[in-house]
Amino acid sequence: MALEKQRFDTLILGAGGAGLNAALQLANANLKVAVVSKVFPTRSHTVAAQGGVNAALANVLPDNWHWHMFDTVKGSDYLGDQDAIEYMCREAIPTVYELEHNGVPFSRLTNGKIYQRAFGGQSQNFGGEQAARTCAAADRTGHAILHTLYQQNIRAKTHFYDEYFAVDLIKDKEGIVVGALVLNIATGEPLLIESTTTLLATGGCGQVFRTTSNAHINTGDGMAMVLRAGLPLMDMEFFQFHPTGIAGKGMLITEGVRGEGGYLINKDGDRFMEKYAPNAKDLASRDVVSRSIVTEVRDGHGCGPEADHVMLKVNHLSEDVIAKRLPGIRESSRIFAGVDPVKDPIPVFPTAHYVMGGIPTDRFGRVMPTSEDNGEHLPGLYAAGECACASVHGANRLGGNSLLDILVFGRLAGHNIIDYVKDNGTHRPLDEAAVEQAMGRLARWENKGEGLSVSQLRNEFRKTMEDHAGVFRVEEMMAEGVEKVRQIREKLSDVRLTDHSSTFNINRTEALELENMIDVGLSIAVSALHRKESRGAHSRPDYPKRNDAEWMKHTLYWQENDKLDYKGVRVQPLTVESFPPKERVY
Amino acid sequence: MVIQDSDLTNIERLRWQCRRGMLELDVLLEAFLEQRYVALSPRLKRHFVQLLEFPDPVIHAWCVQGQRPEDEEFAELISSIRATSVA
Ligand SMILES: Cc1cc2nc3c(=O)[nH]c(=O)nc-3n(C[C@H](O)[C@H](O)[C@H](O)COP(=O)(O)OP(=O)(O)OC[C@H]3O[C@@H](n4cnc5c(N)ncnc54)[C@H](O)[C@@H]3O)c2cc1C
Repeated sequence: MALEKQRFDTLILGAGGAGLNAALQLANANLKVAVVSKVFPTRSHTVAAQGGVNAALANVLPDNWHWHMFDTVKGSDYLGDQDAIEYMCREAIPTVYELEHNGVPFSRLTNGKIYQRAFGGQSQNFGGEQAARTCAAADRTGHAILHTLYQQNIRAKTHFYDEYFAVDLIKDKEGIVVGALVLNIATGEPLLIESTTTLLATGGCGQVFRTTSNAHINTGDGMAMVLRAGLPLMDMEFFQFHPTGIAGKGMLITEGVRGEGGYLINKDGDRFMEKYAPNAKDLASRDVVSRSIVTEVRDGHGCGPEADHVMLKVNHLSEDVIAKRLPGIRESSRIFAGVDPVKDPIPVFPTAHYVMGGIPTDRFGRVMPTSEDNGEHLPGLYAAGECACASVHGANRLGGNSLLDILVFGRLAGHNIIDYVKDNGTHRPLDEAAVEQAMGRLARWENKGEGLSVSQLRNEFRKTMEDHAGVFRVEEMMAEGVEKVRQIREKLSDVRLTDHSSTFNINRTEALELENMIDVGLSIAVSALHRKESRGAHSRPDYPKRNDAEWMKHTLYWQENDKLDYKGVRVQPLTVESFPPKERVY
Repeated sequence: MVIQDSDLTNIERLRWQCRRGMLELDVLLEAFLEQRYVALSPRLKRHFVQLLEFPDPVIHAWCVQGQRPEDEEFAELISSIRATSVA
């Protein structure tokens, strides 16, 4: 049967905040836009963002985009590109107003202006007093943004392919991306979407770790597609862990619990943070607390039958305090950990939360294929959102800056695509060999017989990533981890599906996701092994210091032979002076 | 949404509908589908299919946070979801 084909000006893979904001610009400019999403758009992971989005509106306390820029550069541990960061912090202000005009119901002050909350890492005057920079729509900011953008896109006649799974990018003979092969999950039918421009907006990859706060859809599909297309991923060693996820499950237990007086204990009941951070104790920074928890477990002080987690004690706080100041915690703990925190401590372990690295793009959302910083980019291919690395978060992301990143760079990619299509509006002939290769990846799952199950190999892989490329990173165990992940990649060919039906074959979708996760996991493990310093979220007890002389540079990873290369950080902002690296103390 | 009888029995389709934007819902809804759905009455099955059409924060408020939905009929389904063992 002939493969069905459809043509669009632009193909957008992913319908989270980044994809939808790009699509809206394009549809409003009357381009023919297709948006592909493996789940219904408003079920994208952006819906989970409750905290809010940063913009220096100065509605509550004095503020200014330049201070926001300083905080972001410092937060990035000086690995962020300062031109992109300046751009993002300036654009934050019109971006939030545009959302407001489009109908996002931001919470308001009595004077009618948008209300803004204070969050960690926000300062006035370049490191001075606390700033209040985060705009929120009650505790449903992500949902409000997605819902509004989706409605606007429907009005602008964006074409949605809901519950279609993108399999691979398709190139022409010169290596230019001319579309993608996607799979209709409901029918099992493949579809080839041809486009003059393609935007990857497929979100994060937290599922590569056993314990993660990310939804099951976050399997790094777009990143893996880029790797298979022979393009690099950047700074993949930088993964933000939140110290207190429910053990073995990953759901976040907010920092507020420790703020209200909750503290961590090991199996002997010792308050171990006193040992690792005598002053700040349980309120030390995220990376310090995460590493302390893993160290306790590794040293044999873990709790539970597997001795694989620690406990967060809150039962010394009154039921009233828990109900009033920590709403939600009691219900989450009861359902997901099976404990009532009013009576018993909550089992916790660091949970993988956000990937700072991703598909390298320039400040215009264009994908950059090499380590040369000479403006070279791949014509017609763009990336935005958590799957991309513009690089505004560097080695560590600040709360509220991710929604900002996806919205600003989604919108900007949209504008740049409009300009590109004006001069390059004709479809290029695709390379049939590339189509066949992508179809082959689908056909491979039709192999029948005995073999490993998807879930068996997935469990082994995610545990390996957690143990060998997670919070605790020392040379020997990381090298062992790289080997193990390589072996797991080999085992993929032994995996067989248990379901061979064509309609709603979730088993096959999960197999494709597993392959993606393994590709992305290896990029994390290899990049992390080779960065011999501690910076931001990447902490190496064997190289405990940041080393600007040798390591103030971005890692680039290619799948072929696990090749690595490096390129310098762009320290020159657009209009202001550069912020030189300083020790990051809070 | 008009719900057909076939919607109630297409378990694989429902499994994909349980893929949400929030980890809490993924875990809870998938476990419910696995452990309890098949034994439900057709009426409650229909409610489950309806529930999956609601936005994530609403399902979260009802199923995780324990807020009571106005429709008492939904309440029965939701307490069954909340009693699913996922710990
Ligand atoms: C619990 C939690 C809370 C958070 N809170 C905040 C916060 O308060 N503030 C903040 O700034 N950030 C927050 N973040 C981070 C932020 O939510 C994400 O970084 C951001 O929403 C990512 O948006 P995105 O548009 O890049 O991708 P997503 O919203 O993840 O969307 C990805 C899209 O790609 C599609 N897709 C993926 N793979 C495929 C494929 N193979 N085929 C077809 N479609 C595909 C998906 O269907 C989806 O539509 C939070 C993260 C978590 C985990």
